[in-house]
Amino acid sequence: MEINLSTSLCGVRLRNPLVLASGIVDTTASALLFALKNGAGAVIIKSICPEPRTGHKEPILHAIKGDSMLNAVGLSNPGLKIAVEELKNAKSRTKEPIIANIFASSVEEFGYSAKEVSRANPDLIEVNISCPNVEDEFGKPFSCDPDLAAEVTRAVKENTNIPIIIKLSPNVANITVIAKAVEQAGADAITCINTVGGMVIDTKTAQPIISNKVGGLSGQAIKPVAVKAIYECYKAVNIPILGTGGVMTGNDAIEQLMAGAVAVGIGTAIYTRGIDCFDKINQEIEEFMQENNYNSIKEIIGLAHKENKK
Amino acid sequence: MTEVVMLKVEKIKEEYPGTKSFFFNHTLNSQPGQFVMIWLPGLGEKPMSIAADDGKQFYITISGVGPFSKAIQGVKEGDTIGIRGPLGTHFNLKGNTIALVGGGYGAGPMAFLAELAVWEGMKPQNIHYVIGARTKDLLLFEQRMKTIGVNIHITTDDGTQGKQGRVTDALKEIIEEVDTIYCVGPEMMEKAVYDLAQEHQKECEISLERYTKCGIGICGSCCVDPTGWRMCIEGPVLNQDQLKKVSEFGKYHRDATGKKNNF
Ligand SMILES: Cc1cc2nc3c(=O)[nH]c(=O)nc-3n(C[C@H](O)[C@H](O)[C@H](O)COP(=O)(O)OP(=O)(O)OC[C@H]3O[C@@H](n4cnc5c(N)ncnc54)[C@H](O)[C@@H]3O)c2cc1C
Ligand SMILES: Cc1cc2nc3c(=O)[nH]c(=O)nc-3n(C[C@H](O)[C@H](O)[C@H](O)COP(=O)(O)O)c2cc1C
Ligand code: FES
Repeated sequence: MEINLSTSLCGVRLRNPLVLASGIVDTTASALLFALKNGAGAVIIKSICPEPRTGHKEPILHAIKGDSMLNAVGLSNPGLKIAVEELKNAKSRTKEPIIANIFASSVEEFGYSAKEVSRANPDLIEVNISCPNVEDEFGKPFSCDPDLAAEVTRAVKENTNIPIIIKLSPNVANITVIAKAVEQAGADAITCINTVGGMVIDTKTAQPIISNKVGGLSGQAIKPVAVKAIYECYKAVNIPILGTGGVMTGNDAIEQLMAGAVAVGIGTAIYTRGIDCFDKINQEIEEFMQENNYNSIKEIIGLAHKENKK
Repeated sequence: MTEVVMLKVEKIKEEYPGTKSFFFNHTLNSQPGQFVMIWLPGLGEKPMSIAADDGKQFYITISGVGPFSKAIQGVKEGDTIGIRGPLGTHFNLKGNTIALVGGGYGAGPMAFLAELAVWEGMKPQNIHYVIGARTKDLLLFEQRMKTIGVNIHITTDDGTQGKQGRVTDALKEIIEEVDTIYCVGPEMMEKAVYDLAQEHQKECEISLERYTKCGIGICGSCCVDPTGWRMCIEGPVLNQDQLKKVSEFGKYHRDATGKKNNF
């Protein structure tokens, strides 16, 4: 039996369930295409805001033993005008899905960014309401307040016809409250999860290592946090979920699909396993499916919610 | 090794005003062409080429041009700074006769490669160290290259030492004898060397420096068009076949935001 790795996210077909997560080697069209060439099913550009941002001073990243890392890049990006050109360029060079990602400092600006970014005609728009690394500038992320999250969702929906995915933060008391709020406000999908707040101090110099002092934890360490968020949101809402957080192997991807994700993001694994991790993880997924008699990804999605399986 | 190690600055040597070499007693196990990220707590972190590594000690040579590289000139012997690396790809020795072309701090990795070539058994007379600068006080590692006995070709813009002109003028005179050309320097110089190598159908390896934030292939700031290769992982050292595919080489690079700037 032929194994079918394809899946769909808000009606957009993905040839496999692996999506390049926003912020990891994806600031230019060429970088997005490089990930597709290495097997990604879809790619998300790094978060874009209206004006260019240099981001935080380096060090912006710190690798942590056990396939994890702490980052505070500070949302560097060339601004909407240039990023829209990069997205257009990417769209012109491939038929695979290209996903935009926007963030902003106010509800109005989210609406404006959604309208502008739609000019590039991306397949989907992810909305980053949850970056933990710019709180000094932007205040508590919109992701922490269900009313604000809903307002952002409505503002984005009013300004585009392209399906939108709201990216949720795990750094909240109850993620399902936010998930329900954005669903009611018209979100077409959600991403679970952005990075988990964290910090590392160098004991020799008694200094925080990354220049922003605090940052976002990603990779292996946050996988259980992501799985729980996906599992609980799957029960709470009816819109599709893009799982993300700590997917390093085929088995990790299967786990998030079973929790209820229709596709999974890949970020930190690019550091630990190389840019060709997409091909490797797809192969591992295929092997798992072969061994366990699954023919399509669709059979796996949400399986953990059914009792007495296997 | 991608974790930071805090190392004591063992020795500092002023090469010329505004440019210093910083020595560390540490086994880095690096190859010529690779770089390290240098962290000054509170000031930031920047990529720097490894200018020499003998297995027990390595050093880097830094020219003060902006906030970070000027601040580091104030570091003292005995101070501690953070090092991450070695990172990136390295030069590969190929052929019997080689030319090593350096400009500015690019002379460091070229001298390092000359030493490695001699150590691996290449005859010093088959190694050509081609070095250029604005004026004679800014030439790097002439004495160091004399010690290992390689051919030295010097050019200065003002004619104060060696041939007056550009490194490509000196390279032209020996290019027929050499099999492989290596180059690190300002990008327009690298492009001129590459074009010359292409014209003479010589193998060529060049270090392509792009804005490096993470150095470990995650942030995407060092990606080139149209291949998307990361100059901290798939580069910085590229060979002539790879360079042919990098359309931005010698044309533009991106800044910290991702905006293109022409050379
Ligand atoms: C692989 C590699 C090896 C390098 N090796 C050396 C070396 O051996 N010796 C040396 O003196 N310098 C080296 N550099 C350059 C060095 O990293 C800094 O760019 C330079 O010191 C200027 O930094 P600044 O903050 O002092 O000046 P700024 O005024 O901030 O920058 C001056 C210019 O340097 C470039 N630049 C700044 N930050 C970076 C960065 N993080 N990555 C790449 N380019 C940047 C920009 O194009 C900028 O216009 C290397 C760069 C790369 C990418
Ligand atoms: C270096 C880095 C930069 C990131 N930048 C962004 C960003 O700009 N926008 C965003 O929505 N998420 C960003 N993220 C979060 C990732 O998209 C992802 O949600 C998170 O890393 C968890 O996935 P992982 O464990 O597979 O890395 C970033 C993560 C990392 C590691
Ligand atoms: S510097 Fe971050 S990917 Fe190369």
